[in-house]
Amino acid sequence: MSSLTSSSGHYRRRKLVDRLMTGLSYASVLVAIVPLAALLIYVIIRGAGAWSPEFFTGLPQLFGGGGGVANGIVGTLILVGMASVMSIPFGVMAGIYLAEYGDNALGGFIRFVADTMTGIPSIVAGVFIYGLLVLNMGGYNALAGAVSLTILMVPVITRSTEGVIRLVPGSIREAALALGVPRWKTTLRVVVPAAVSGIVTGVLLSIARVAGETAPLLFTAFSSNYFNFQPFQGAMPSLPVLIYNAARSPTEAVREVGWGAAFLLVVMILALNLTARLVFRGRVPGG
Amino acid sequence: MKRFFKLFRRGNVGDAIFQLVALLCGLSLLVIMFGIIFELWINTSLSRQKFGFGFLWSTAFDINGGKIGALTFIYGTAISSVIAILLAGFVGVGIAGFLVEIAPRRLNRVVGFVVELLAAIPSIVYGFWGLIALAPWLGTYVVPPLQAVFGWTPLFAGSYIGSSVFTASIVLAIMILPTVASISRDVIQAVPDTQREGMIALGATRWEMFSRAVVPYARNGIVGALVLGLGRAAGETMAVTLIMGNNAQIFTSLFQQGATMSSVIASSFGEASDLFLSSLLEIGLILFAITFAINVGARLLVLVFANEPRGGVRA
Amino acid sequence: MEIVSFGKDETTVDRREAMKERKDKVGARQKSPGQPDVGRPEEPVMEVEDLNMYYGSFKALADVDMKVRRNRVTALIGPSGCGKSTFIRSLNRMHEVVRGARAEGRVTLDGEDIYASDVDPVQVRRRVGMVFQKPNPFPTMTVYDNVVAGLKLGRRRKKSELDEIVERTLKQAALWSEVKDKLKESGMSLSGGQQQRLCIARTLAMEPEVILMDEPASALDPVSTQKIEDAIDELKQQYTVVIVTHNMQQASRASDYTGFFFIEDTGKPGQLWEFGETEKMFSNPERQETEDYVTGRFG
Repeated sequence: MSSLTSSSGHYRRRKLVDRLMTGLSYASVLVAIVPLAALLIYVIIRGAGAWSPEFFTGLPQLFGGGGGVANGIVGTLILVGMASVMSIPFGVMAGIYLAEYGDNALGGFIRFVADTMTGIPSIVAGVFIYGLLVLNMGGYNALAGAVSLTILMVPVITRSTEGVIRLVPGSIREAALALGVPRWKTTLRVVVPAAVSGIVTGVLLSIARVAGETAPLLFTAFSSNYFNFQPFQGAMPSLPVLIYNAARSPTEAVREVGWGAAFLLVVMILALNLTARLVFRGRVPGG
Repeated sequence: MKRFFKLFRRGNVGDAIFQLVALLCGLSLLVIMFGIIFELWINTSLSRQKFGFGFLWSTAFDINGGKIGALTFIYGTAISSVIAILLAGFVGVGIAGFLVEIAPRRLNRVVGFVVELLAAIPSIVYGFWGLIALAPWLGTYVVPPLQAVFGWTPLFAGSYIGSSVFTASIVLAIMILPTVASISRDVIQAVPDTQREGMIALGATRWEMFSRAVVPYARNGIVGALVLGLGRAAGETMAVTLIMGNNAQIFTSLFQQGATMSSVIASSFGEASDLFLSSLLEIGLILFAITFAINVGARLLVLVFANEPRGGVRA
Repeated sequence: MEIVSFGKDETTVDRREAMKERKDKVGARQKSPGQPDVGRPEEPVMEVEDLNMYYGSFKALADVDMKVRRNRVTALIGPSGCGKSTFIRSLNRMHEVVRGARAEGRVTLDGEDIYASDVDPVQVRRRVGMVFQKPNPFPTMTVYDNVVAGLKLGRRRKKSELDEIVERTLKQAALWSEVKDKLKESGMSLSGGQQQRLCIARTLAMEPEVILMDEPASALDPVSTQKIEDAIDELKQQYTVVIVTHNMQQASRASDYTGFFFIEDTGKPGQLWEFGETEKMFSNPERQETEDYVTGRFG
């Protein structure tokens, strides 16, 4: 029997290991924070410095002053807009399917495929659409770009919608059904509205994810240094691809514009993320 | 299926149609998935016929001569991803452990939130920053000491010029860190407190409680997080395209340049046609297959081994 | 918690000498394997003086004084929410795993205050063990490994030594015959009652002086409960047991001393309302509330 304050060598070693591991875990937090903070700070400083009226309204100038990324901003909005229009109906309905009718083998299989699809490298989506649409439509175009983004968005929206709809309490459904409301109307008019903030969250998060995607666009919408308002014809510029071009440019002024675009992109994506997470925080379905 | 006709007969047209529409949308996912596989398979017929299975272990990369093999790029993807997950794995689980076991609850939630935001930064930005800011910094502060100590080993031989496997792997690690950390954190948080109490009551230090009770319980989830991180690293394109140098070689030193499956597709696609194009698509198919296998593997792991600690037959 | 007192080995040796002398003098029982160094039965092994417990600023327990007597079973009874669980956790400093939980006062183990500033709770818990309400075996470990989980924290022991401890403690927990062929199976392959006895064996392997039990049978079926009570009855010959229970019959059957916890009004701290020999507590308690409770008038 040992006194409570005596310490054998073994005990001392145990305490030392405990202290060491605690220190290492603090260290790991530092190791993570430092590079991420460094990145954000760097992007903010170099990017904000490039913001100017010309940056927001001008076109990329590969020689000379660097120009602006107005065409990229418009292009990204067009591409993401088209992709959303295509992916939201499919994704939400697929999510409803899984939540309401998907407790069987087929549903399980679809769920499994959706989860796996969230892990597909985005370049594969781009290459797939290149073969499917670009070659058959005679060249790069915005629709191809939007479809490649849709492929990335649908699984995410599906799973998040399913999750939120499952959270809606059964009592709400039962109340409506007991009143004689047909099932489909119950789903559309009662369940979905109850879950809508969660659905919106999922949609916003998937938009945030694809707004920054570069690889799929390289093979579908490609890039341009001019405005393009045509959805089915001609390459469509976008912020991420303009950044990619700027990153590889030997001209300092062009790279500066690239940093401005990178900062803008980060701001847009973080804003979408924050909106998504705060919108959902406020409202829980049924609560 | 039978349900439809039952509904139709009963006159619930609305329900039948709605269910049908929902089902079709659900099936669309399958259509996309199998469409990708099918289309890639078809469009790579040229390359597959020409090279057969040898494609997988050939290191040729002669565009004009018409010979190309995938091994160089599989190698590049493998090495950079493995290094990335080794770095991100330890740091990520360390962060997760810190947040759950050491940090006050408020800090845990705030940091968790911030980590999820960081996961949203697009890879092109990581690539840009890695190339312009990180690479030179590493060259000044990290590479010289590494060369001093390990320069004699083949792994750190040669001179460092910025874009290299080394830098690319580190950027990959930073990119997948938020994913690994946040999944690990959720998994560790889910370990019931009764397990912790049981170990503490036996006189364990906090580290002993963590390593002997918490981690074994959360083992599968943590491995799942690591495998998912590995998958993300393997599929990553823009950062490695910008930073790894796009040199199709089997590199021996991390300071050399290399290429991954995704980077070679991204950088060579523009000038590719016919056979070369088909080969690039085949590399894409291989990449798809590998990331698919990794993803499926991660999920099966959790499924199969989830039974191990909790299962067994109850008397 | 700071590591202290290097070179206090002389003190340990001195203490051992003192203990030996006392043993010889009063003719206490011969120490057998698995039995902690004994003092005299009936003497207090733990003394609680003026204990107050807080969760943040909320006072959960006020002014508790109690003596826990060696080789006896002390039961703690009382209505829910009166601080019984909080109190029992203060005896091995388990409440400290909850952030903001605080104990003020003196709790001594063999004369030493476990709340002294230079005492590490890790050391306290080696000598005061705990069995919880819900069985919590470690699911990734075999039955064997579960039993020796606490031992593996300490110095290395030979396999033969561990084998012997496993067999002995499982026998003391009345589980040996049921699991002796299943030692290499997962801890989760046992039934609820068996798992709880496994947890008891795990605690016994540490050779604690005091075993704390927080409603150990309340999550179990009557047959398992009976087996646990039988085990406790055997245990008190070698160990000291403190048990929180809602089961009045269990308390009156199995214990030698009983403490009744009560709370005057909602929002007020719990208190040790009355403490005494079990026979008296159940037949002729001093205080009205005690009598009301043990006769089932409330609670």
